[in-house]
Amino acid sequence: MFDYTFQWGAALKALPDLLNGAVVTFNTAALSMIFGVLIALILAVMRETRNPLLNGIANTWVSIARNTPALFQIYLMYFGVGAFGFHVSSWAALVIGISFNNAGYLAENFRGGLKAVPETQRFAARSLGMTAYQTYRLIVVPQMLRVVFYPITNQMVWAVLMTSLGVIVGLNNDITGVAQEYNVRTYRTFEFFALAAVLYYVTAKLIVIVARLLSWRLFRY
Amino acid sequence: MLSTSLTMSDLLFLLHGAWVTLQLTFWAMLLGTIAGVVFGLLRALMPNASRPLGWVLDAFRSVPLLIQFVLFNSLKSIVGLDWSAFAVGCIVLGVYSAAFCTEIVRSGVLAVPMTVRRAARSLGLTYSQDLRYIVFPMATRIAFPGWLNVVLSTMKDTALVMWIGIIELLRASQIVVTRIQEPLLVLCIAGLIYYVISLVVSRLGARLETRWQEND
Repeated sequence: MFDYTFQWGAALKALPDLLNGAVVTFNTAALSMIFGVLIALILAVMRETRNPLLNGIANTWVSIARNTPALFQIYLMYFGVGAFGFHVSSWAALVIGISFNNAGYLAENFRGGLKAVPETQRFAARSLGMTAYQTYRLIVVPQMLRVVFYPITNQMVWAVLMTSLGVIVGLNNDITGVAQEYNVRTYRTFEFFALAAVLYYVTAKLIVIVARLLSWRLFRY
Repeated sequence: MLSTSLTMSDLLFLLHGAWVTLQLTFWAMLLGTIAGVVFGLLRALMPNASRPLGWVLDAFRSVPLLIQFVLFNSLKSIVGLDWSAFAVGCIVLGVYSAAFCTEIVRSGVLAVPMTVRRAARSLGLTYSQDLRYIVFPMATRIAFPGWLNVVLSTMKDTALVMWIGIIELLRASQIVVTRIQEPLLVLCIAGLIYYVISLVVSRLGARLETRWQEND
């Protein structure tokens, strides 16, 4: 019944390539998070305004991002946009798809964060002569970041895990992509993907630890 | 421009994919909820003894679902089990959602104030009666919205089972795309189906939630 010999040596030989893949994974996730946070900020502010058009756009974005699979969103970028004649590389589709998803989820968190900053502070800032932009940049956003720091960390871990979807649209240089390349060459599926799983786990944990240190450093009074 | 080669049978094919998605969600959530309640109670009531369990479940939450599918699928072949891809999909999704349900059940149980439980015990209820009549109803209400979120995210995560060869909604849409070469239209239909499923589930959940709150 059990006549399979594990070949961990072959998997360990792939470790340098997988580590390079981990760097790609992390960079992709970080890039999508930067876009995600920026867009989510804009979306959260758009949902606060009374303009029905801006409101509608932001609400549509958030509900689509939250109610459809991330893989569907990546597909839409990869195959759907391709239908207009644009060529979207699998990496670009992955980054755009995950950014879209991150923005939708983070906007919901940011809305709670915005609520946590009392309206009176905004009035006070405006009456001190700050512009609306300055009020948000100097008063609201710094206080909001304190509230939403934990959700952002969480979303970053999610983004790292979501980058593994890139392999389905043909990305071959992130952790999963490299593991899949080795897999189709050697058929040692379990070994390579077990190693990939370990790498994802370590990456996720490192992010959590760094975030904890950062929050300890950033948010002391 | 508006003409399309999407036929009725393609649409039925997509709906059949959606049915597979729903079935996967149902079985995965059944497994995930039962395991999640058991593990969650363990985590809440014996935090020290069940710490290793917490680590294991945390590992499931920190590894991409896609990798878990591939790993379990190959492990299945290594051990020599003759299970269908559908069963593998249900089990992996079930374990994955169990990892999330555990946290939700745990926080629900811990949210029941200790004073309430002490009051129950001092009124003469036994430990199991306390769990059944005091902790269970209160924790259920607290945990329900979180559980509903897990249902929705599991429904969306079923899209990944295409990697181990199950034809669910998204894979079905891809097959139709390959045939009629109109990716945008077909993907939008698939997205709409996902959206509607999500919306219906969350509406039903919200209605149930308000009904439960009536007695408060």
